[in-house]
Amino acid sequence: MSAFDTATRLVYLAAAAGFVLGLHLMNSPATARRGNQLSAAAMAVAVLVTGAVLIHDDSITAVGVVVLLAGAAFGGAVGLYAARGVAMTAMPQLVSLFNAVGGAAAALLAVNDLTDGTSAGTSVAVTAALDILIGTVTFTGSLIAAGKLQGWIPSQPLVFPGARALTGVLAAGFLGGGCWLVAAPGDRVALVLLVLCGLGFGVTMVLPIGGADMPVVISLLNAFTGTAVAMAGFVLANPVLIIAGALVGASGTILTKLMADAMNRSIPSIIVGGFGTGDAPSVGTSRDAHVREVSADDVAIQLAYASKVMFVPGYGLAAAQAQHQLAELGQLLEARGIEVSYAIHPVAGRMPGHMNVLLAEANVPYPQLQEMDEANPEFARTDVALVVGANDVTNPVARRPGNPISGMPILDVDQARAVVVIKRSMGHGYAGIDNELYADPRTGMLFADARRGITELTAAVKTLVG
Amino acid sequence: MSADLMFDLTVFVLSLLVGFEVISKVPATLHTPLMSGANSIHGIVLVGAMLIAGTAHGPAGYLLAFVAMAFATANVVGGYVVTDRMLGMFRARTPQPRQRSEDPA
Repeated sequence: MSAFDTATRLVYLAAAAGFVLGLHLMNSPATARRGNQLSAAAMAVAVLVTGAVLIHDDSITAVGVVVLLAGAAFGGAVGLYAARGVAMTAMPQLVSLFNAVGGAAAALLAVNDLTDGTSAGTSVAVTAALDILIGTVTFTGSLIAAGKLQGWIPSQPLVFPGARALTGVLAAGFLGGGCWLVAAPGDRVALVLLVLCGLGFGVTMVLPIGGADMPVVISLLNAFTGTAVAMAGFVLANPVLIIAGALVGASGTILTKLMADAMNRSIPSIIVGGFGTGDAPSVGTSRDAHVREVSADDVAIQLAYASKVMFVPGYGLAAAQAQHQLAELGQLLEARGIEVSYAIHPVAGRMPGHMNVLLAEANVPYPQLQEMDEANPEFARTDVALVVGANDVTNPVARRPGNPISGMPILDVDQARAVVVIKRSMGHGYAGIDNELYADPRTGMLFADARRGITELTAAVKTLVG
Repeated sequence: MSADLMFDLTVFVLSLLVGFEVISKVPATLHTPLMSGANSIHGIVLVGAMLIAGTAHGPAGYLLAFVAMAFATANVVGGYVVTDRMLGMFRARTPQPRQRSEDPA
């Protein structure tokens, strides 16, 4: 190994260490930003040293330089524009798009390696085929997911006749294409077959998935992208790609597992059975449970004279764009010396942790954002729990066996001394079952749209306390 | 199985384990920035894309290199910028309200 080679490899190793340390710093909101900057610096170093390698090798053509710089400038501009302008509610779409481009880039590396004329060995061909398969599936799958999240593609599960059969054919196609490619690396027909089947499979995999399952899908596709990048590292024999890809694969896998648990689905059933097409919400209204309806003024009195208030925001809050109003109510109560915190269920949002970002954007300080395990013991000493836009994740029947949400981790809202639910109607949540919390004598229902309800509450509290 | 592949596989498996260890300590509060941060890390394919551009010759090769470069750079730049933007919103306490310049939600 020449001195230059040694130096570049050491730099790559340092970059990989930077990624690990950067992720490590993410374990607290206080250090997370520094962690991300460290990770970015490591990336910059890796890119610079690769530039040095290109100059040192001196094999790059003049056109190659232009192509490289033009591609970087174009991609960089698009990425920067998207990152600066995106609304926080649209984060899941953006992350999906980054999954898509990352997966596609990884697949392109393998395509290039198999077509550049040099005969690849069997082991390289295996990883290249895996890279192309995972990368193409991630590319189209993430694009479909982003389209669903953005509302360009209907978010209901889309099932057309023969979809299952087509998925099967595509799976057979990429298996056959992959094996063929391993047997004859560089065979163009096999390569095209693999790419097309992978692209098609990504579409048929995500189309039947409903919008509410998106947190699982995004996490899974994130894990896929990471794995594709690691496979690209095998193909290029570059450890920094393997390490970085494995880190992302691990992250995506952990989040997939967390999301699947929080939604009461097992990962095998998700992967094998298609996603959540089964439990479409049952039609019809709930039985006429005895619920207690309350007015904004009643709730304002409860809130103003409480000593501890817990907000329980769900996706309905984000859908109504009411997080700023909720944060304002929280600040008002805090100013009165009331202890305010937010109990956040893992699936409150369209991607893991989404609700926290939305509330942080609305100026809620992060010590008030409590995750489920932290929040649950607190409910017993909470005077008022205010549930906005959350339903199934507060349903006490999850603690009993024999219903669709049995065993699902829930927020122990029913432990609070009083509960107020802001909700438009008695409609069902995603699981399509009655929420026993609403019939609890300690629960008051404030029937209103999330945004209007909170605004009225804030106004009522203001009038009350002058 | 070649020694090289064995070595790469070792690196892969150990990195996965390190990843599980480090990431399982990230609080749920930060899961969105974690995912977008991890997203930027897989932008490391940019290194591979640069190497492709370095060996490219002929229109097909250049086209492939251009697309790979554009995708990977968008991934890296966009990912890190948006993660930084998000993490900048996480504050312990807010003495003075921050100006909201964009999308009045």
